[in-house]
Amino acid sequence: MAMNYSEKVMDHFTNPRNVGEIEGASGCGTVGNAVCGDIMRIYLDINDDGVIRDAKFKTFGCGAAIATSSMATELVRGKTVQEALEVTNKAVMEALDGLPPVKVHCSLLAEEAIHAALWDYAEKNGLTIEGLEKPVSDIGEHDHVEIVEDEDDL
Amino acid sequence: MKRIYLDNASTTPMRPEVLDAMMPYFTEEFGNPSAIYALGQTASDAVADARAALAGFIGAKPTEIYFTSGGSESDNWAIKGYAHANQQRGRHIVTSAIEHHAVLHTCQALEKEGFEVTYLPVDAEGLVDPAAFKDALRPDTILATIMFANNEIGTIEPIAELASIAKEHGVAFHTDAVQAFAHVPINVNEMGIDMLSASAHKLNGPKGVGLLYVRRGCKVDNLIDGGQQERGRRATTENVPGIVGFAKAAELAFVELDEQHDRQLKIRDHAIRRILDEIPHAKLNGSWENRLANNVNISFEFIEGEGMLLQLAARGICASSGSACTSGSLDPSHVLLAIGLPHEIAHGSLRITLGRDTTLEDVDFAIDSLKGTLENLRSMSPLYEDYKHGNYVGIMDGYKADGMPYVS
Repeated sequence: MAMNYSEKVMDHFTNPRNVGEIEGASGCGTVGNAVCGDIMRIYLDINDDGVIRDAKFKTFGCGAAIATSSMATELVRGKTVQEALEVTNKAVMEALDGLPPVKVHCSLLAEEAIHAALWDYAEKNGLTIEGLEKPVSDIGEHDHVEIVEDEDDL
Repeated sequence: MKRIYLDNASTTPMRPEVLDAMMPYFTEEFGNPSAIYALGQTASDAVADARAALAGFIGAKPTEIYFTSGGSESDNWAIKGYAHANQQRGRHIVTSAIEHHAVLHTCQALEKEGFEVTYLPVDAEGLVDPAAFKDALRPDTILATIMFANNEIGTIEPIAELASIAKEHGVAFHTDAVQAFAHVPINVNEMGIDMLSASAHKLNGPKGVGLLYVRRGCKVDNLIDGGQQERGRRATTENVPGIVGFAKAAELAFVELDEQHDRQLKIRDHAIRRILDEIPHAKLNGSWENRLANNVNISFEFIEGEGMLLQLAARGICASSGSACTSGSLDPSHVLLAIGLPHEIAHGSLRITLGRDTTLEDVDFAIDSLKGTLENLRSMSPLYEDYKHGNYVGIMDGYKADGMPYVS
């Protein structure tokens, strides 16, 4: 199936930003599973003021999964924890000039991965981040289908 | 950038000689073969010649060849047509789990009508077991449909043996030979094949034309009713240029069948050996021995297929994958799952299929590119990170420990 990826998606897939690990990261979250074909892991380095100094990712998945991870890490860098919560899947998609409908779940996974990393950070530091719920670590196929069907034609 | 086309199981470039043969039938010889005047007769003769030539290549009679719009229509027609025409004798059909969707979805459509279908499992190499096939045949079985060679993993099925078992049980035997026709020798009489589907664009012919061979005496209902074309068996004005091109492509392919087979086989084996020698955590999918000469299908652990294809495409390399992301569904290839691959490995598969234009240099360039691509994608993979840190048990490592062949 030919994929109609935007130039931005192809750019972030071909030259992904922030690939890697952060040793002793403030927070690290992994979501998805290999059975579905997508796993995203995001590392965050957060300073004492609650500002995300650095974000890195590792992703097993398709071109869109890699591009959304790259964009998500770009978007949260330099933001406060609270601001990072506003990096939703829609924000990631918009920043990438859209995704094909069957790939919208990748942007949701990116949002989940950020939330999972923030949750890990909050747990490690005994913090409560307002508006952050414990993320589901596995996004099953059933969810994928619902998400794809609910999406507007992005 | 040079384009390296390694997706010949998907479609093939049409040969210039084929285009030359077709050209007059688009313009000056545009007649309708059903017309009574000379212009129509020329077109009618061209179709008749093509039919006779194609029949001859598989040992059939010209009256046993029906032209269709392609492999999918041929499969639909054979299976639905035979099932409908013979349902008073029984409503059970036997097929395999690794058939093309043109067969699988046709069988599923018949199930909705009340037919029963047995989907035979295959072994780790993708082979149907003749003993299991025999056991699946019941008194109410009317039709068996098993592909000649698989489109994804290239496994060649024991067709003659299966057809002979079907015959002993009075069961008609259809084979989807879309990947095999003009690639391996086929004789419908020696092999006991009752119906066979083929398609022109897999052998450097035009798209939109195929054929169905139906053995004389085999009762098949029409799929497309209307005019008297194809002796009243398939309406629609004949695709004259397509039919002429199909015959020309087959003629050229059969002349060089042995030569191309041996040439591609050498390149194929070189490719498989290089990949398994030079890229760790890889596995050959399908059989090495019973395999089409143009098919290489390998799974790579820790990566997902679409990213691999996109990176290869960026270097001009056209290949395909059984990953969910490239199939348009959420599940990876049903063929790879049927040969026992876990989802994780099935998502990371690569299929390269050679053609008459493929050179050893092309394949070497593709493998060099593939090595870089895999290193890059693995460096991004959380699974590979976990594996290196000892937090993830490698599936390929397990295969190797179990003594599975052709795993790196």
